[in-house]
Amino acid sequence: MKRIYLDYAATTPVHPDVAAAMQPYFSEKFGNPSSLHSFGQEARRAVEKAREDVAALIGALPEEIIFTSGGTEANNFALNGVAYANEKKGNKIITTAIEHHAILEPCHFLKTRGFEITCLPVDKFGLIDPELVWHSITEKTILVSVMHANNEIGTVEPIAEIGARVKRQGAGKISFHTDAVQTVGMLPIDVNKLGVDLLSMSAHKLYGPKGVGALYVRKGTRLNPFLRGGGQERNRRASTENVPGIVGFGQACVMAAQRLASDDNRIKLLRDRLLAGIMKNIPDVVLNGHPNLRLDKNLNISVKYVEGEALLLNLDFEGIAVSTGSACSSGTLDPSHVLLAIGLPHELAHGSIRFTLGHWTTAEEIDRVIAVFPKIVEKLRQMSPLKK
Amino acid sequence: MAGSYSDKVMDHFRNPRNVGEIPDADGIGQVGNPVCGDIMKVYIKVKDNIITDIKFKTFGCGAAIATSSMATELIKGKTIEEALKLTNRAVADALDGLPPVKMHCSVLAEDAIKSAIDDYLKKSTGVGLQGWTTHNEEHGH
Repeated sequence: MKRIYLDYAATTPVHPDVAAAMQPYFSEKFGNPSSLHSFGQEARRAVEKAREDVAALIGALPEEIIFTSGGTEANNFALNGVAYANEKKGNKIITTAIEHHAILEPCHFLKTRGFEITCLPVDKFGLIDPELVWHSITEKTILVSVMHANNEIGTVEPIAEIGARVKRQGAGKISFHTDAVQTVGMLPIDVNKLGVDLLSMSAHKLYGPKGVGALYVRKGTRLNPFLRGGGQERNRRASTENVPGIVGFGQACVMAAQRLASDDNRIKLLRDRLLAGIMKNIPDVVLNGHPNLRLDKNLNISVKYVEGEALLLNLDFEGIAVSTGSACSSGTLDPSHVLLAIGLPHELAHGSIRFTLGHWTTAEEIDRVIAVFPKIVEKLRQMSPLKK
Repeated sequence: MAGSYSDKVMDHFRNPRNVGEIPDADGIGQVGNPVCGDIMKVYIKVKDNIITDIKFKTFGCGAAIATSSMATELIKGKTIEEALKLTNRAVADALDGLPPVKMHCSVLAEDAIKSAIDDYLKKSTGVGLQGWTTHNEEHGH
């Protein structure tokens, strides 16, 4: 059976061209970029070239890019780094209820260390009201962190609008961070247009390798080091560079820039075809997230009367890989905090399924899902005590 | 997730036994709630103190469906007394184990059976199951 991968928001395959670019940096050009000899210098050149390519994708300067082990580290770095560099100025951090755990958990930790966390609500589409950010800022505010697009429901937040307001009100005192793990390479990004001081990214969401990411840090932003040691990454993130990973990330960014320039809406059309096909064939399905202000690749629905993990497993039997926001995927009894934050009742949150499309998704695959999914839903609904 | 489910869990999830309703059931029990994402409804038919037929309907994850299926299999044809001895551990063991986060599903399955028997006893003798209360409250939120 040919398998169908529709979980591109979880991770993407490494593009063959990316893998090819990385290849020489394992055994042939294996030098430590900190070494002064030619082995070290060829590795150094590769890292700095990648830094330029990553910076170019988001309109940043190369020296504003700090390579990390991934998106989670970039988020932890941003929050802890800004919080502790500014703790004498204030202790208030503003974020939102729908952030990734890699934001919420560091915030919970900072709360135990005396920082005050304001977690802003979202509307039923998952949108943040920029006014609310504006009104939440106080004298004590040092950091605002709002994700660029939500990983579960795909809603794209008004970052530029929030950024402009934070700048106006914060007057240089407040740092503005965005977790752009889901949007880098998917949406055109210019850090100056967004008005952000810090931006988190991850390579494996844009056909790069796992275990590498970056934090953009605007020049002049006060930030404590994340790892102390041999002085790599301008003393902010010590540790010998993951050269093959960084090279792969750079190549992935070059290719993402080309895709963005081509203005191709193939994935969006496929996503819309999937949504239309599901809605036409299955009653009692609701769309989660914003109808328009959402990532092209993302489709998140709740199927009434059935539970998400049961849907996921049945799709997996058919070789179709998706994700769910049901409790059973999280190791707790609570469904996704994102789905609860947009006001979904528990039974609908438990019945959510996320399809995320990508580069290799085909119309045939989408049509196969449209054909298979109604049977799965029907089977589970016949088993459900909720379905009358 | 699926990776940590045993083959038996997957078998009972994929081909659940005893799914359905019994229109003239002698006892019906429903446990769980939408908040925690699992609801099990069990129907039993009892003749001469023996559970002659049993059906279930479950809203829930793979483990919830598999434990419902296994629990109903284990007590079909058993006496009420034997059925009451069914523990959640026995259901989990019969499925070659459950991931720790899914053990609550087996508790729910045991509860659903006891709830159906409680209903049967109330209807037939006027007195429900003694010394038993559903875990519903602690299972819920």
